[in-house]
Amino acid sequence: MRLIVPLQGIVQGRDGGLVLGSVLPCALFFIMQFYLWRNRSVSSAPPPPPPPPADETEVFSPVLHRVHSRSSISSPRGGAAPVSSRANSISKQSNNTPYQIGLKRVSSDPYDLSTNPEGVLQLGLDENRLSLDLVQDWLAENAMHLIAGISRVATYQPFDGLKELKVAVAGYMSQVMEGSIDFHPSQIVITAGVSSAIDILSFCLADIGNAFLVPSPYSPEDMKWRNGVEIIAVPCRSADGFGLSITALENAFNQAKKRGLKVRGIIISNPRNPVGNLLSHETLYSVLDFANEKNIHIISIESSSSYSCSTHHVTMAEIANIEDRVHVVYNLSNDLSLPGFHIGVIYSSNANVLSAAKKLTRFSPVSAPIQLFLISILSDKEFVKTFIETNRNRVGKMHLMLIEGLEKLGIECRKSINGGLYCWVNMSGFIRSYSEKGEMDLWEKLLNVGKMNVTPGMACHCIEHGWFGFCFANLTEHDVSIVMNRIRKVVQSN
Amino acid sequence: MEIELSKVAVSSAHGEDSPYFAGWKAYDENPYDEVHNPSGIIQMGLAENQVSFDMVEEYLEEHSEQALLGKKNKRSSFRENALFQDYHGLLSFRKAMASFMEQIRGGKAKFNPERIVLTAGVTAANELLTFILTNPGDALLVPTPYYPGLDRDLRWRTGAKIIPIHCESSNGYQVTPKTMEVAYQNAQSMNMKVRGVLITNPSNPLGVTIPRSTLEEIFNFVIQKNIHLVSDEIYSGSVFSSSDFVSIAEILVSKNYKEAERVHIVYSLSKDLGLPGFRVGTIYSYNDKVVTIARRMSSFSLISSQTQHLLACMLLDENFTEKYIRVNRERLLKRQQLMVNGLREYGIECLEGNACLFSWMNLSPFLEEPTMESELVLWNSIVNEVKLNISPGSSCHCVEPGWFRICFANMSEKTLEVALERIGDFILKRRANK
Repeated sequence: MRLIVPLQGIVQGRDGGLVLGSVLPCALFFIMQFYLWRNRSVSSAPPPPPPPPADETEVFSPVLHRVHSRSSISSPRGGAAPVSSRANSISKQSNNTPYQIGLKRVSSDPYDLSTNPEGVLQLGLDENRLSLDLVQDWLAENAMHLIAGISRVATYQPFDGLKELKVAVAGYMSQVMEGSIDFHPSQIVITAGVSSAIDILSFCLADIGNAFLVPSPYSPEDMKWRNGVEIIAVPCRSADGFGLSITALENAFNQAKKRGLKVRGIIISNPRNPVGNLLSHETLYSVLDFANEKNIHIISIESSSSYSCSTHHVTMAEIANIEDRVHVVYNLSNDLSLPGFHIGVIYSSNANVLSAAKKLTRFSPVSAPIQLFLISILSDKEFVKTFIETNRNRVGKMHLMLIEGLEKLGIECRKSINGGLYCWVNMSGFIRSYSEKGEMDLWEKLLNVGKMNVTPGMACHCIEHGWFGFCFANLTEHDVSIVMNRIRKVVQSN
Repeated sequence: MEIELSKVAVSSAHGEDSPYFAGWKAYDENPYDEVHNPSGIIQMGLAENQVSFDMVEEYLEEHSEQALLGKKNKRSSFRENALFQDYHGLLSFRKAMASFMEQIRGGKAKFNPERIVLTAGVTAANELLTFILTNPGDALLVPTPYYPGLDRDLRWRTGAKIIPIHCESSNGYQVTPKTMEVAYQNAQSMNMKVRGVLITNPSNPLGVTIPRSTLEEIFNFVIQKNIHLVSDEIYSGSVFSSSDFVSIAEILVSKNYKEAERVHIVYSLSKDLGLPGFRVGTIYSYNDKVVTIARRMSSFSLISSQTQHLLACMLLDENFTEKYIRVNRERLLKRQQLMVNGLREYGIECLEGNACLFSWMNLSPFLEEPTMESELVLWNSIVNEVKLNISPGSSCHCVEPGWFRICFANMSEKTLEVALERIGDFILKRRANK
């Protein structure tokens, strides 16, 4: 059974290079050492068995078809030392979903302005690179004293995060919210990424065979298929601006009940990826009323970086301090343009959830040196202020550039209440048949002819055909014109 | 109305209410400090290696300096790393782990970087393997005494059960075909499907390596029952004499990797390198399917790319690793001898250990009665009167009362001497009272 959760930032990248502080001379020296070591004659032990079948860009397998929870308890087939049925169901999951195919294509032929201008452009990955240079600059100035501190945290540290980090994160979140919300460090749990955060919460809030309601379309990155909880998509319609309708939630809840599924919570993202809707106060309180009435939890996956407007934004964190059924998750690493750091934050005022979650972080803690880095950078209030402003401006600018370019091509974008790192785009006018096949044909054309990886609505469980998500946070300004040219090529030939 | 949580959340399977952790709590409230709190509780329940950390520290400091040269390069490398999210992990780091594991085993087994799956610590690795190998309600057989954390790591979220393979001091706590069969039948009688055997080699809490012949018997047993074998070799680099340690990997080599697909090794840098704060663990599986599934599941427990890179540099530096492994072994042996001899002076014997960061101490002669209750009474006195936190055998599921795990590597020599003095006073007082 799986829990499909809309999460940001769980994706593949190219094989990376070198690390914080360390440098090419160091790496070259050691790579040479390694090369020499590998080539000298070693002991007579025979080589180990050959490696498992290669899958160069092993991608997180999003589960697009739903399997009933009870099937996970079925007994496994026989054979040499069988694995569990939950392992079998993971193993059977398709390697060929659009999401995975797209990522593999980018990985094997990645666009680069100077070295590979004909390569595949990445617009299907919810990853924010727009402000990485700011962090790099900060690091260049501050690396020395960071490194000195590493050895003092080499010993066992609290699994749910160093106290100083929680204080720094609380301070950072306050700055993001412009002081309008009080974040208590004691209500913060740090873990190794958004996936881990959702994993932990789902284990705390639901039992095997229970369900969560998730408004669709939602991000295709599937997460929780090891805890036996089912996802029930709650469709949102373009006619409603893809807004969350309480009627739809109510219907989904009742249908689940008829199927004998106990709903334990709602999972929303804010901004709602990929459609970009920002939470309004009206929606916030409607969802809260619904959750209160049904006595279920609310998990809100929030982003601090992707607000393209500078006006005050609404967040579930506003009520997290007083409502113990509300739990907020932050993809902190993506917010800081550092997806490789894998840092997720859980914020909740529910003492029992906090207690269990803190204990569960032993299975997914963040390494201490990374925490030190975060403490340092997040405590630099001046830097944080500049970072938040600059990042927002860049996100806003890039968003607008993409919208304007698409409109010139006659492609409608949702822009009114937009947040998030995606343009959610209606290309139903360009698909041959108004169907899933029509949508996938266009997607394939965009990938193979247009050489750009975008997210088809189908992968997000969108019930209307022809919608696509174009993530712009991976692009530079120059790339935008290339994107437009390539789209033009595809739609004109269509 | 109060909102409900899951069964996992309210379960006490996290084990933090047991004596093992109660002692830690007592320590947290009154920790020993040479200067500021010399009458506080000395922590001897934490298996952490601080005897060789100076070498690691020196390395980190030296190479970080180098890192500050070549600014231009540093910028681009940071960027690539900051964006690298692939759950395969950096190839350089996997190569480094494979090479380090080979070095520890004196080259007697080879490790393929493509079979290395990274997790944020062995705690995560053990749990992950349990998710993969068992369905809720299935059983893993684990020799006793075992690390108390396994009760939580293997059972809490997974719903798996542990059936103990009871071992006794009479044969040096060796697992035998007979005791394995008894445990297997025990599980069957409770309608539990046995999915595998999990061993820790060298053993926690015993501090001894598992002999080759025993490993072969265990391997034969899992083949016969068509189940898995997980070998937690987290202390493999902490065996005092390199020739003493036989890894399950060597057994597989000797069998030409026949039946290897049921074997999975778990390892971490936390104990051997004294870097528990870095949270670096790995699963090395000889089973293709397990590697693939484990890799996907490792997304729940990722190691930052930066941490991977920093350690890759260090582990690929053969000059460093060769020296570190050798010196670490020497220092651990010295520290163990200091403790064992010190205890012997007061008439306390330990199981003859050849590895790890602790000794298995026999206090059964000092029990009022040969019962677990007496053991806990004695333990209470040791924590609260003697002011030492040690781990009672009962929390490790030992069947014989009176044994305790006592750590020696997480403190300075001076502190160890203070601890020994306190034990001495306690023993003398006891004798006087009798």
